[in-house]
Amino acid sequence: MTALALPARTRQPAWRQLLGFNVLTGIVLAIIGWLIGYWLGGRFVNIPSLQYYTVGTGPGQNDISVFLGYLLGVIGFLAGLGFFNYPIKRMLGHPPSLAEHESAGEGWIRYFTLCTEHKVVAMQYLVGIGVFFFIGGINAMLIRTELLQPNVHVFGANQYLTLVGMHGSMMMGMMTSGVLGPFANWVVPLMIGSRRMAFPRIESFTFWLLMAAGVVLMTTVFFGGFQTGWTGYEPLGDQGTAGFDAYIAFFTLVGISMCLLGLNVVVTIATMRAPGMTWSRLPIFVWACFATGVLMMLAAPMLAAALLLAALDRTVQTAFYIPGNGGSSYLWENLFWVFGHPEVYIVALPGFGIVLELAPVFCRKPLWGYRLAVAGMLGVGLFSFFVWQHHLFVSGMNADLRPFFMLSTELISLPTGFIFVCMMGTMWRGRINYAVPWLFCMAWAFNFLWGGISGVFLSDAPSDVTTHGSFFSMAHFHYTIMGGLIFAVFAAIYYWGPKMTGFKFNERLAKIHFWTLFVFFNTTFAPLFALGFLGMPRRVVTYPANLQGLNDWVSASAYCILGSMCVFLVNLIWSMVIKREPAEDNPWNSKSPEFQLPTPVPDYDYEKLPVFDDDPYPYGVEVAPAAATAGQGA
Amino acid sequence: MSHASRIAGVVIGVAVVCVLLALYIGIYLTAAPGAASAIQTPAGPHLYLATVPQAEPGDAHPTWVSYYAVSPTSTDWRHDTTYVLPANTVVTVTVYEYDTQTGLRNNFIGAVQGTVGGTIDLNGKPVSYIDPDTASHIFAIPQLGLNVPLEGPGSNAHNLCAQAPCSLSNAHETITFRFRTPGKGLYRWQCFVPCALGFINGVGGPMATVGYMDGYIKVV
Amino acid sequence: MSSVNHWRRCATLCAVCAVVMTLITVFLIAPGMPPGNGSAQASGQVVDNTVLLGISAFVATVVVVYFLYAAFAFRERQPELALEGPRVRGDSRVQAWWLFITTGIVLFLAGYGTVRLLEDGSGGGQGPNPIAAPAGASHALQVQVIAQQWKFTYRWPSFGGVETPVLELPANTLIEFHVTSLDVIHSFWAYQLGVKADANPGFDNIAYVQTKSPLTFNIHCAELCGLWHGYMYENGYVVPKGQFTSWIRQEEVRYAPITKTLPPYSTSYFPSPQRRA
Repeated sequence: MTALALPARTRQPAWRQLLGFNVLTGIVLAIIGWLIGYWLGGRFVNIPSLQYYTVGTGPGQNDISVFLGYLLGVIGFLAGLGFFNYPIKRMLGHPPSLAEHESAGEGWIRYFTLCTEHKVVAMQYLVGIGVFFFIGGINAMLIRTELLQPNVHVFGANQYLTLVGMHGSMMMGMMTSGVLGPFANWVVPLMIGSRRMAFPRIESFTFWLLMAAGVVLMTTVFFGGFQTGWTGYEPLGDQGTAGFDAYIAFFTLVGISMCLLGLNVVVTIATMRAPGMTWSRLPIFVWACFATGVLMMLAAPMLAAALLLAALDRTVQTAFYIPGNGGSSYLWENLFWVFGHPEVYIVALPGFGIVLELAPVFCRKPLWGYRLAVAGMLGVGLFSFFVWQHHLFVSGMNADLRPFFMLSTELISLPTGFIFVCMMGTMWRGRINYAVPWLFCMAWAFNFLWGGISGVFLSDAPSDVTTHGSFFSMAHFHYTIMGGLIFAVFAAIYYWGPKMTGFKFNERLAKIHFWTLFVFFNTTFAPLFALGFLGMPRRVVTYPANLQGLNDWVSASAYCILGSMCVFLVNLIWSMVIKREPAEDNPWNSKSPEFQLPTPVPDYDYEKLPVFDDDPYPYGVEVAPAAATAGQGA
Repeated sequence: MSHASRIAGVVIGVAVVCVLLALYIGIYLTAAPGAASAIQTPAGPHLYLATVPQAEPGDAHPTWVSYYAVSPTSTDWRHDTTYVLPANTVVTVTVYEYDTQTGLRNNFIGAVQGTVGGTIDLNGKPVSYIDPDTASHIFAIPQLGLNVPLEGPGSNAHNLCAQAPCSLSNAHETITFRFRTPGKGLYRWQCFVPCALGFINGVGGPMATVGYMDGYIKVV
Repeated sequence: MSSVNHWRRCATLCAVCAVVMTLITVFLIAPGMPPGNGSAQASGQVVDNTVLLGISAFVATVVVVYFLYAAFAFRERQPELALEGPRVRGDSRVQAWWLFITTGIVLFLAGYGTVRLLEDGSGGGQGPNPIAAPAGASHALQVQVIAQQWKFTYRWPSFGGVETPVLELPANTLIEFHVTSLDVIHSFWAYQLGVKADANPGFDNIAYVQTKSPLTFNIHCAELCGLWHGYMYENGYVVPKGQFTSWIRQEEVRYAPITKTLPPYSTSYFPSPQRRA
């Protein structure tokens, strides 16, 4: 052990660790907090001066109770995990410290506590988001089960809308942190030559807050669910039972988590780069995380603000979104989409980063057009704030603004195109190795191409008149988000996973997973373009009988996607839990900094902080000048 | 951790997931109100319904306004909102309106549509529309073009019924109408009066929940 | 270094495939594009979709063929040698051409879309102050579409403000829809007419359509509005002018008693009773 090793704490007995600040204590305090908050809300109804605000809050309709319950429940959860310990200590005069929990316990207990080791938080994120991703996916399978027949309803109509809303909300809420959480937290410090993120406690906080959010969303079923889908349109949301409060609470917590995660990533990249790691030497994945982090910081507060207004409407009788009383339904639409559009680029940009990061490794060439790729990342990020009203072309928005938003939306395909040309250029004359991560990247390119092309249709207002709010729009965003990001996430799992976990994946199962997912993803979502063109709106529990054939095909295909995911799960459990074959240090022969470290990577990451003096992609053999000119043209 | 304990952990984990999923589907997702059929009379199938300002105590939502299926003498009350009717038949429906007047958001819905003869019997008198301000509930099957406005007792009527079950001695209006069922299929019915007290615009809560002011017509 | 001229091969393959796919798409697939030719605006959308489809087919084919070519031509056939590719970091000429071509396509699409949109509104809702009204809009037949949870009703200002539960429209007529809602956001989507306009409470959303021959069209609600959103659909009918006139007169007579109780015709309504949560 070098001088860098932190003093080992004596290992405490298991029962002692259970009693300390950890997730179990958090759950206990969360339940207590919920009960106190719920009771407090009931007291509000009985205070005479506040009764004006609580008209109509009968049993089961007391939104104040529900919100206070969630608020105190989350505070209790965070307290139980120990997040208030350090702030309180500092307020009591203790000196600043980073050492707490760094070596608290060893092994698996750390993953259930507030741990400030960035690799631990990354693994927590990977598993936590993975669990909620599967919950969202199961909801999708249930949706497709309902849509097998237009006139036989497997689930109640209310429950169906809650399924739709849960699927969308869970996926969007979780997958926005789907790359930055697990992979940026793990890889970015290593790539820039740091041993930690800028704010380790915030890093852990964002994770646990996101887990609390996921649980909050699932409690909606106890309050009647919510009928608005993930977009939460008002005043429909205001009409809802207390189940809609779970939606509001969920996205508020997600928004806070997102904002702070983005902040952490941006500050880390800006301030903690090792000597020699200039901005022009940053790996492209780090650039992607940087752009995503900026978007997260700027967009998430919009959502929180919009949700706060909705919460006020539902509790103290304001009318921000109620037209009859002076509010406007357009206010919610615009506030939501000002967040919502950057949000989908928050989901897409990390995928771009992963694919371009893996391209040099598997093509054995430097990244082609590095500056163009960076311009693409930053361009997409910048433009994403100027396109939101393309969701509102037929809404009755100011008609003069539509040409502007058509132009801005068309323009955003330019920086997106840079990503494609950089990937294409890197492949040209490469020596391509079709390992599983690269297969997923190639599939990303195929899927995102169709996602992007269908976006061109939707951004054309005349064409959008028919496709808005239809299954065409659904197909578009599933191709970009699922076909894009999810495939890139799987690429990252197979690429960095062995390094992160220390264990190898079974390659045959991985290839089966890839091919089945790719084929069945396309057979599921391609027909949705047709369904949209044939006039099927979104979020419907029934449809005209002549569309049943297509719907049945899509549902059967969706079940096959479930099968593919089960193959992945089997591989995951077999490789990580049961077989546990140790992974090599550098299975992909990558020249990236994190792969120069041993597997598993030690707690302190770098024994000696690196000094960077080469560009991030030192691949390829130098080509002689004459051949180079021919090579460049050829 | 030993190999065996890890495998045990995986098995337990999978089992927990399956149990939670089964509970989610079995208890929450597939929960549905019951079905009631029309009774056969010499004049054809006859369905008896009632509307109340509050469902019975012990109901999941005891303060919510609701439809019930009842016996002809308004004695046997079942909280069913799926009504099973024979296909291609003229069905008679009688609604005992125990809930008070609320009024309509869209007065047009006070007009009778889709019934045999274009009228309904309001306390024995045939009418083709009601004063929209006296509407207590609506029974509408939009897919069949059926719209039946249900006048309710005034709020100062004598002996109003506060909660299900109600009896014919409580203040009520009796509305009877006849309509022809189509071929086999599943159709939905709803109320159009903003009767959901405590919810924005009076829609929401019971107005937006199957089992209260919404349900299905199952034509067999 | 291979002696094969990959660039020429790939470019030729891309160009040939792209031209073929574009021709197939434009001449075989595009004529069936939605939403069909039920109205002038719908036909306009078919033309727009054809242009978009043609350009998309060309671009997508080029990209897909390129990827397939590169994936096969440059795959590592001798992994045991652990060779690397040429150290080429970019090519400013290629980048410039890419930027130039893609910008051109994108600007064309934005401009084309704008021109088409402003010609006749393309059937979309334009809010209370439409900027793209077809010729003759001042003489259009006004129809108010009232969306409520969960049924559309229709009000006719030029026929005494009568309200009808069914939508019948005269053929070969310019229609001016005024779409509004009484409660939450809905969306009036008349598929074969190529019309979609959101219905917002307290707000007037105007959409134009020029009907052609008689037909039956599907009306769907296209914005999630609650429990029965999926069931909020019905048929609408374009009928000969004479038939339309006799129908609307019949409706006026039939609904005369209830029309008296309706509020005066207005482009938006805030109906009472209001109920608060």
